[in-house]
Amino acid sequence: MGRPMQVSRYWRHFKEKYRLIGGKCKNCGHVHFPKRPVCPECGGKDIEDFQFSGKGKVVSWTIVRNPPSGYEYYKPYPIALVELEEGPVVLAQLTDVDPEEIDFGMEVEMVTRKVREFEEDGIILYGYKFRPPIK
Amino acid sequence: MRRLLKPIKDVGIVGYGAYVPMFRIKNEEIGRVWGVNGFPIQEKSVNNLDEDAITIGIEAARNALKRARINPREIRALWFGTESKPYAVKPSATVIAEAIGATPDLDAADFEFACKAGTEALQAAIGFVGSGMAKYAMAIGADTSQGRPGDHLEFTASAGGAAYIVGEKTSETLAYFEGSYSYVTDTPDFWRRQHEHYPRHGNRFTGEPAYFHQIVSAAKGLMEELDYSPSDFDYAVFHQPNVKFPLTVAKILGIPKEKVLPGLLSGIIGNTYSGATLVGISAVLDIAKPGDRILWVSFGSGAGSDAFSLIVQDAIEEKRELAPKTMDYVNRKKYLDYALYAKHRGKYIM
Repeated sequence: MGRPMQVSRYWRHFKEKYRLIGGKCKNCGHVHFPKRPVCPECGGKDIEDFQFSGKGKVVSWTIVRNPPSGYEYYKPYPIALVELEEGPVVLAQLTDVDPEEIDFGMEVEMVTRKVREFEEDGIILYGYKFRPPIK
Repeated sequence: MRRLLKPIKDVGIVGYGAYVPMFRIKNEEIGRVWGVNGFPIQEKSVNNLDEDAITIGIEAARNALKRARINPREIRALWFGTESKPYAVKPSATVIAEAIGATPDLDAADFEFACKAGTEALQAAIGFVGSGMAKYAMAIGADTSQGRPGDHLEFTASAGGAAYIVGEKTSETLAYFEGSYSYVTDTPDFWRRQHEHYPRHGNRFTGEPAYFHQIVSAAKGLMEELDYSPSDFDYAVFHQPNVKFPLTVAKILGIPKEKVLPGLLSGIIGNTYSGATLVGISAVLDIAKPGDRILWVSFGSGAGSDAFSLIVQDAIEEKRELAPKTMDYVNRKKYLDYALYAKHRGKYIM
């Protein structure tokens, strides 16, 4: 798990994972996340990078108590569907929040946090999560 | 011999940002586990499970960028001071640079000098910009510091950091550097050997010949070179491994306590090591008035101190509002008991 052969698989997505950069269709203006080569709205193939603000609202959530391998140390942790203010809905972990504080429509903002570590000697993966806004 | 460090061009801070994790543990709770009474501070900050020096650096850097209002691609160097590098080999600075969108046209590196790695990075940034090599350079100091369980360091070793963007002095500069001075000697008061989890220290030896000698020498050296006396400063921030040490330095130098307290956060967040004076200065910048002069002296074991004199400019009034203030993070807190604290510090073997 997480041996060097897999590094490139994660590295390819750093821009999207660290900074929440998605795509915007130059033809119809549709924004989407993650970035795709073809616009899901009009089929246009001219897609540019789009920086999302990181602000959004919780659409729904659950608490993960039996996590997949590699995430055991973090349990229990919340994952949520977050609707970004620009439209797309992303699935991500919530952080810096107790389960009882989470509510439908709760405002959140993106932070870049440690997502997982691949054993003691593997790479450390960082990526977007969401938390209640500081202000 | 001229001892002052001053670049050819006038430089200053165009953006700053702090970050302190939301978790706290009280000294009392640590004392309960190890049977200790009488504590150096009230409580200290603790990283979340998904936080390390890199993620602390990222949020501080983003706050600095919000205040600087510059394109991150104009940052030509990002230097990260820490002694809790998540990787022994592989730069942390590149992760931060990538996360703030500053790559690829920049220099990036990690600095290490115990608790003064952050100001070490700042000295380098001043030189890089002040020589005309770069328009902007970013210096960050952040740590999730280690203290051996039960050792007295465990009561203070905490998590946090701050970032500073240095640029040529203009009306956008929120505070500029009048000059700086560095003082270092080989004084082994605290160290951590390769592959060791925890540092060791020289107990009482860390005080007199290490902390007090370096800080007082650096502060006096800077004041002599600038021809200032302690009364010329409106605020002073000294490295803060606890509350007592920086207040003692103030007393030795003849600086009233009131000028030190606004930047003295160690009593409620602990010692953020490489972030310590950087977070203290950010708390001062959050409240300082244009024209105020700030004395800033770090300390790193090993040992040495960097001293800076800063003058606050008009731009501070508008720019400080562009990102969360230091106290917004300090006041956001959740308490952990020792069992959860141990989990947050990665102590359990799965």
